[in-house]
Amino acid sequence: MKRIDAVERHLFLEGIFLRYGYDFRQYAETSLDRRLSALQDRFRTESLLEILQKVLNSSDVFREILPQLTINTTEFFRDPLFFRSLRELVLPTLLTYPRIRIWTAGCSTGEELLSLAMILKEEGLYERSTIYATDINPNVLKTAKDRIYDHSAIQLFNKNYVAAGGSKSPSEYYSADYGLVRFAPDLLDNVVFSEHNLATDAVFVEAHLILCRNVMIYFTRNLQNRALELFAQSLVFKGYLALGSKESLRFSTISESFDSIDSAHRIYRLKNLPKTTLHTLGGLR
Amino acid sequence: MKTDLLKRDLAAVFIGTSAGGVMAIQRLLSHLSDDFSTPLVIVQHLPADSTIDPSLIFSHHTSGRVFEAVDKVLIQPGHVYFAPPGYHLSVERDLTLSLSQENPVHYSRPSIDVLFESAAVSIGPRACGVLLTGANSDGAGGLKAIQEAGGITIAQDPSDAESPMMPRSALEIMNPDFVGNLESISRVLTELTGSGIR
Repeated sequence: MKRIDAVERHLFLEGIFLRYGYDFRQYAETSLDRRLSALQDRFRTESLLEILQKVLNSSDVFREILPQLTINTTEFFRDPLFFRSLRELVLPTLLTYPRIRIWTAGCSTGEELLSLAMILKEEGLYERSTIYATDINPNVLKTAKDRIYDHSAIQLFNKNYVAAGGSKSPSEYYSADYGLVRFAPDLLDNVVFSEHNLATDAVFVEAHLILCRNVMIYFTRNLQNRALELFAQSLVFKGYLALGSKESLRFSTISESFDSIDSAHRIYRLKNLPKTTLHTLGGLR
Repeated sequence: MKTDLLKRDLAAVFIGTSAGGVMAIQRLLSHLSDDFSTPLVIVQHLPADSTIDPSLIFSHHTSGRVFEAVDKVLIQPGHVYFAPPGYHLSVERDLTLSLSQENPVHYSRPSIDVLFESAAVSIGPRACGVLLTGANSDGAGGLKAIQEAGGITIAQDPSDAESPMMPRSALEIMNPDFVGNLESISRVLTELTGSGIR
């Protein structure tokens, strides 16, 4: 990995933001630098400014590099015990609502979304639910809509599905062909896909449950706080927020607004709206 | 150990290890002085689905408090941080720790190179990298990066290592400031950080 010049990084991110509206200016530096360094290798240059010139001249080039600026790692039923906890601690309460709105923020290629849809179906909530699935990256949203994955994902799916408390035969949810698996179309019947940027976009839903797992680890603390305040304002009173298993509300500006429901699996419940908000949920600057 | 290295205000010591690492870290920690308070940040290769609590395995070997790293935590004196299985661990310029699930490096996540390279870029001269026993070459490039950034570098003597490949890979591409067995590494760390002097 090559060292990234701080001034070049700043100009590169600022240029992308001004031209395309994608805001990476508050992403955690060291992992972003690894991706920028990989980008330099790909363009065979030592200078981000050379790449920026190409990006500014062509939106095609920008669309090409966008997937390299974000991390899309995900898997079916990631941390299966989290999904078991969701099933046991959260869904029974959601069942008391006539309509349920769920936001999965940073849904990437859809594995977690499909996992969620399966347990909603099994617990009898799916028919009354609307799931808003958002990501900053349109390429991964397309994969999520297509529901087609490499066959290699299935072994882990089968294992995690059972560990997450699944009661059916996992193969009921997919069909396999030519090294690919396609998940059942009805899993997405109640899903609304949309591009959404946690750094710049505003509240668009009043949700009963928000999942944002292993998305904010790529943000600075400041941007994490913005996103968390956005979530607090997007939840109904006593709505639930689920984070990744190594993320925590403890150091955030909104920690006092939530009760911890399951500390091991990072499930929180809104008890009051934040009194003061750092950000009025416009852009950060 | 050169005496000019002793005048350094180290922000943290970064340790990487793989096969044989649990015992090596236990021994290394046991030989540190009780008042050793420089933060330790450790990548130990483990399978992604392992659910080992490092505080159970290492707490009684050190007077420090042992944690699995949580995203954006500020590293503190007297604390020992382990990378969670399945996540890369990096240190930022403000001395917070960041997690990431980018692709594995050297088939490893967490990767020692990712941690060491972040230490080189973010902390440079205030970083100390220690590469111990292991059966692949992760960490060698990162240790070199720490050296090039002006930090202090230490490798376990391959003849002392349960799996010599990891420290040997480093010795093939660089000259660490110190090479020795685990006890002597603990002694050097104690000297470097000015602890244990009564």
